[in-house]
Parts: sequence; structure tokens; C-alpha cells
Amino acid sequence: MSAAGEHIVSPKLYVLIWIILLCFTGLTTAAAFGDFGIFNPIIALAIAFTKAILVVLFFMHVKYSPRMTALVIGCGLFFLSILMVLTTADYISRGWMF
Amino acid sequence: MDSHAATVEAGLHHRDPELHNQFDTLEQQKDTAHLGMWVFLITEIMFFGGLFGAYLVYRNLYYPAFVAGSNSISIFWGTLNTAVLICSSLTMAMAVHSAAIGARKLLVGFLSLTLLLGLIFLAVKGKEYYDKWTEHHVPGANFHFDDPERPGEAPVPADVASQTSIYFSLYFAMTGMHALHMIIGVGILLALIWKASRGSFPPHHYTMVENFGLYWHFVDIIWIFLFPLLYLISRTPAMH
Amino acid sequence: MSTATQVPAALEMPRDTYLNAGYGVKSWFLTKDHKRIAILYLVSITMFFLFGGLMAVLIRLELLTPAPDLFQSDTYNKLFTMHGITMVFFFLVPSIPATLGNFVLPMMIGARDLAFPKVNLASWYIFMIGACFTFSAYISGGVDTGWTFYTPLSTSYLNTHVVAAALGIMIAGFASIFTGLNFIVTTHRMRAPGMTWFRLPLFVWSMYAVSLVQVLATPVLAITLILVALERGFHIGIFNPQLGGDPVLFQHMFWFYSHPAVYIMILPGFGVISEVIPCFSRKRIFGYSAVAFSSVAIGVFGFLVWAHHMFAAGISTYSALVFSLLSFIIAIPSAIKVFNWTATMYKGSIHFNTPMLYALAFIGLFTIGGLTGLFLACLGIDMHVTATYFVVAHFHYVMVGGMLVAYLAGLHFWWPKMTGRMYPEPPAQLSALITFIGFNITFFPQFVLGYMGMPRRYHTYPPEFQVLNVLSTAGASVLAVGLLLPMFYLLWSLKYGEIAGNNPYRATGLEWQTESPPPMHNFHETPIVTQEAYDYESMNEEEVVIG
Ligand SMILES: [Cu+2]
Repeated sequence: MSAAGEHIVSPKLYVLIWIILLCFTGLTTAAAFGDFGIFNPIIALAIAFTKAILVVLFFMHVKYSPRMTALVIGCGLFFLSILMVLTTADYISRGWMF
Repeated sequence: MDSHAATVEAGLHHRDPELHNQFDTLEQQKDTAHLGMWVFLITEIMFFGGLFGAYLVYRNLYYPAFVAGSNSISIFWGTLNTAVLICSSLTMAMAVHSAAIGARKLLVGFLSLTLLLGLIFLAVKGKEYYDKWTEHHVPGANFHFDDPERPGEAPVPADVASQTSIYFSLYFAMTGMHALHMIIGVGILLALIWKASRGSFPPHHYTMVENFGLYWHFVDIIWIFLFPLLYLISRTPAMH
Repeated sequence: MSTATQVPAALEMPRDTYLNAGYGVKSWFLTKDHKRIAILYLVSITMFFLFGGLMAVLIRLELLTPAPDLFQSDTYNKLFTMHGITMVFFFLVPSIPATLGNFVLPMMIGARDLAFPKVNLASWYIFMIGACFTFSAYISGGVDTGWTFYTPLSTSYLNTHVVAAALGIMIAGFASIFTGLNFIVTTHRMRAPGMTWFRLPLFVWSMYAVSLVQVLATPVLAITLILVALERGFHIGIFNPQLGGDPVLFQHMFWFYSHPAVYIMILPGFGVISEVIPCFSRKRIFGYSAVAFSSVAIGVFGFLVWAHHMFAAGISTYSALVFSLLSFIIAIPSAIKVFNWTATMYKGSIHFNTPMLYALAFIGLFTIGGLTGLFLACLGIDMHVTATYFVVAHFHYVMVGGMLVAYLAGLHFWWPKMTGRMYPEPPAQLSALITFIGFNITFFPQFVLGYMGMPRRYHTYPPEFQVLNVLSTAGASVLAVGLLLPMFYLLWSLKYGEIAGNNPYRATGLEWQTESPPPMHNFHETPIVTQEAYDYESMNEEEVVIG
């Protein structure tokens, strides 16, 4: 199993990712001023997830790391989603009637 | 020493001074530190996850109050700070890169740049907190929320105004926990810069820089989510 | 009774052990040796256990009569709060992982130490700092929130030292996180050559599952308690209904940790029992992979059931239905374990050494605890018995009858490995018996009391409940004797116990192949594993040939 640091990513790629991240930041701010109804939070979150994935894959080297790392992250997100989903499920269904 | 074929016994007999006793090879040591850091970041995800969960619940319960509260914080400073953190992530990634190719001066330079950007972020955050303090938007005894940010709009209804307290509680709790992580990061950065300038991170042994990089990027990612959730809920005038 | 221990006379203590590697204060308080850190933890949690036990004794004394004779209601509230907090966060959560796990896990996988020895030492210091905070709250007037810190009671209505107590628990939580992190990484990266995942002792599997829960659940408790502290300090309103906050959200977040925490407490017990039963039945464990996977399954399912603590708190009916169903599902992996242990003993040659006696007690008591848990998972019955002594009895059957008994099983089992000397068998067997009897007399009546409607957390009760309460208090004094006895004979054995030798029980497992007590780095040569775990059959055959 090879350590993540052994793969040397070129600085050019880092700069490219950086530019993309800055563009997305501008985009998400701009999108907040538009009225897309239900899609406003969806757009904001989609952009946030894209940015996060870029940081994780390239800046944090997960693209070049053992699959174990991705598994660890997936595991964390899975349990986080349990917390979110089961808690909100309670709040959403409180008003329902039999 | 770092070869794949190094056997357990060989590892025990002539050991690299950087190799801790419980490991057999430097590679095992490095992989282990790496995995440990990722598991630690998972605990951080769950830590912030509690706050995100609370946010989700209250945003659904008090959406108008969240919109009102969100409109009262400065989108300019928020966007600026997001850009600052993204830049610091770039300089951090470059610092790790410099360590990997053994460029000591570059390493110190990029770490210092990261430190600088981190401090700028904290300064801007401080300014924002100060503004909120003067506007009486800090939850507690002095909390008071009535003014719509944009002139010409109807004032916020009283119940919504009192519910914004929840929004600001979450705002301060989430950005405060994030800022605490930044402050810890700045402290570690100072130590790293000092060590790096003494040449403590040769190309075969810079795990500490790498792991700190993971931490720094993680804190950046938390902000990437905090920014739209707290600043950008809805900036369209028609919403309330 | 036959015992497996036949110690030849000529055994000697090994020359270089972790115990005589250094004698100064520094050699203990700055040690990075997992074995010494385990001892540090052992001493500290024993102190906390004695404190929590004292609180329990006072509670039972007050409940001897229906009238409030000994304490005022305030004092009583503080007593059960301190009992709960101390026992849960400062004894049960660290008990097996930080002591026995810390001591034997690296040896079981053939490693020289945990992956991060400094983190391991730091975790003990963090634990003690947390304890200082919480105990300072006790000393400066006590806390009376109950161990659950329910809001808004804890945030708006009490003026005891809630913040210090809560922050102490949060800090101690980080100790638990660090232990879990260390175990996960160690199990992944530090296994000896040939030690594949399916050759791992089941104790390691259960420690792995526990560690997952510690790492994933504890941070949520940390942030919840921080919010409670902020709410108290700054009235931020997150859990305060007057400001629009929702107290039920606190319960969601609290139980998201505290239900899985039940598995932090009981899973290590499962691990110990899975070691003890095959050893003293001289048989391979029945269904190794079923037991291994059921540990992981319990760890994961444990995250899906937390709202069964909130059925009466006003959560939605649909949500309650789902959580009820999920709570039933978790009984499946637990039952798999009980069946497998029983099947392991079937046709085995059973030796009634003390660890085995405790293990047998564990199976019986945990089964009762688990089955009454199913009553509570059932919506209708739960409405009837919520916040009664039925609940108290249920979780004491799991926590004391299950976890504490398993801890004692493990402590006796590995005592010769930790100290190099055997505990004296006859008093140990006697105390196991006393504990079992005393425990049942204490807590079985509480099921009946709870079902009859006696609420928990009150220091008075109607006179018709007195008979059962007297019985319970009488049982508590028997239980106290059973739990105090080991402290005396174990301390006695440090000096006068028989020298144990490397493997007094002829057990499998790498920890038994090294000396007792083990040398500094556990093994003189890194062991190479060629066999599955629990191969008692071929071990028995060898002994027949040699004998
Ligand atoms: Cu539960």
C-alpha cells in the first residue's frame, strides 16, 4: 500500500483547482441573489459539495491515496447522514395524522 | 530501510532514528499516521455534524427568521473570507508539495503565507463579530432584532424577530467552533514554521506537514459549507 | 469443581518485565508503554468505581423506608446524578477498552505497542483532566440534573455546577475518542505477519466495533454538551423553549451518542466472554465469523435506535414506530452471540474457574437485561414503564449484570498476565457467586416495582412498595460484599499469589505466548501466526500426547 505523499501532484494542477474553487465561490454568491425557489438551497449545496470534493480529491490527495481513505470518509458521511435523516424524519412527520 | 522487502527482523536490527519502536518500516509508520489523521477527521465531521443537524432542524422550523438573520450578515465579508480560505488551502497544498520535493525555503514561505491568510480570515471574522455585537445581534440579554437590512422593506414581524435569536445562536456556535479550529491551526502552523526553518522535515519524513495539511483543508471544507448555509440562505428581496 | 489450573511448583518470575523496567514516578506518569497506561487507567477507574458505588449505597439506604429519612430531595437528586455520571462516563465507558483492551489488544495482534503511544498516554491525562472538572463540580456543591442533562431542566432551572460537570464529561469523551482511534488504526496497521482479519481473537473484533462507535458517536456528545454549556452561560436559546428552541432536539443529539454508548459499554464485555468461554470449555468458538460480524452489526445498528429513549417525549408517532422496529432488530445480533456461546459450551469440557463463573453469570444476566430491553422497545409497554424502576432494573442488568460482570471476568482472566501471579481461586469463586446472588436480589425486585409503577429518581415512595425495596437494599449489601472481596484478594495476590507462568489456563492467543508479566515490548521476537484463533481441539490433543 503506497502512502499518499509519494505521488507528487504538479503545482499547475493545484493552481487550476484553486481557480475553479474561486469561480465556484463567485457563482454561489451570485446564485443567492437570484430567485430559483426550491432550487436556491439545492444550487448552493451542489456547489458546496463540488468544492468540497475537489478539495478532498486534489488538495487532500484522496485521488492518489489508498482506497482505505475513501472508505473512512464514506463511513463518516454514512453515520452523519444517519444523524441527519433520522432526526429530521421525526420533525417532518410530527404533523402527520393517522 | 524504506524498501518494501524489509523484513520484520531487519526492521528490528538496524533502525532509522526517525522510526518509532512500535513500527517495522518507515512506510508502515507513515501509512499509520495517515490513517490515524483521517480517522481523526471523521470525528471532526461528526462533531460539526451535530451542529449541522441542529441547523437543519431549526432552518425548517423557522425559515423566515433564518432568511431575516442571514440577510443581516455581510455577504461581502463572507465571500471575501471564503476566498481567503481557498487561497490558504492552495498555499497549504503548495507547502506540502515543497516538503515533498525537499525545498526547505519554499516550505517555510508557503507555511508563512498560509499563516498570514489564516490570520486575515480570523481578523475579518473578528470584524464581523464586532459588527454583530454593536447591532445587538448576539443572543443573550442584549439581543435585539428589528431592522431590515434593506431600506424600504416592511419590518420583520415580532415572532420572526425573536426567532432570529436561534439563527444567531447557530451562527455564533458554528462559526465560533470553526474559528476555534482556525486558532488551533494557527498555533500548530507557528510550531511547524519554526520546525521547518530548522530543517526538521526532510523529503522522507514530513508526515507532520502532510497531516497538518489535511487538517487545514478539512477546516476549509467546513467553511465551504458554512458559507452558503449561513450567508446565502436567500438574498432575493421577494422572499419575505 | 475442577479447575484448569495446575501450576507446577518450579515456576519463576521472568527477569525483565514491564513492571520492573523502571521504578520512578516519571517511569509511570510519562510512560508510553500501553501496559503501564492500562495500569494507570485501572487504578483511576477503580477509584471512580468506589466513589460511584458509595453513591449507590447511599441511594439504597435512603430507599430502605418510604419516608425521607436520610437525605432531602435535593441531596438525593445529587446522589443519583453523581452515581450515574461517575459510573457511566468515568467507569463503564473506559472500563474494558482503556484497561484490559489497552493491555492485551496489542499483544493479541502481535504488536509491540499501539500505533500512537503518545496519544494513548495523552488520553489518560485528558481523562483525568475531565474527571477533575466533573469532580470539582461534585465537591463544590454537586450536580442534580441526572446523568442525562435533560434540557431545559439543566439549562434554565437548576443552579448547580452543570457547566463544570458537562465540560468534564466532554473532555473525558475525547479520551475515549483517542482510545478508539488508536485501536482502529492499530488493528488495521500493526498486526503481526500471518494475523489475518479472520484469525483475530474475537476480543479484537469487538474492540474494533467499540472503537468505531467511540470515534463516530462521542463527538456528537461533545458538541451537545458544549451547546448545553453555551445555553447556560449565554442563554443562546438553542434548547430553550422560551426562546423557540426545542428540548427534544437535545434528546435526539444526546441519545445519538448515549444509545451507542450502551454498546461502548457492553460490546467489550461480549469480547471478553468470547475469550473466556472457549478457553474454559476447551473448545473452538462456535461460529467464529457469526460472532465477529455480529459485533460489527451491533456497533452499526446501535446508531439506528436512539429515539427509543424518547417515545414518551413527544416525537412523531411514525418516527416512534420506525425506531421501535429498529430496536427489535438489534436483538438479532445480540441473540446470535448468546446462542454461539451456549453452543460453544455444548459437549465441551467445562472448567469452573472464576472467569468462567463470571462468564456464565454474564450470559444469564445479559439475557434478562436484553429481553427486558425488548419490552421497552415495544411502544405500548414503554408508555407504561417509562421512567420507572423497570427501566432502572433493565439497564442495570445490562450494565452491571452484563458489563461489570464481564469486566470482572476479564480482570481475573488476564490478572496472571498483568501481574505474573494467580488470583487465589477459592475466594474468587466465592465472590463471583456472592456477586451473582446479590445482584439478582438487588435488581430483580426493581422490575416488579417498576411494573407496579414506582417512578425512578424519587427519594420517597408509597408504603406498599417497601417490602421489595427492603429486599433490594438487602441485595445491594450482598452485592457490595461480592464486589469488595476481589479488591482484597487481588491486592493480596500481588505479593502472595502463586506464580502464574506464561500460560496458566493453556489458552490460545498470542498474549499467552509471551511471559507473564510481559517484557517491555511484549515479545522477544515478533510472533508469526499460522493458525486460526481458538484452536483448543488440537491443543488438547497435543497435551494428551505429551501427558
Ligand atoms: Cu437505547
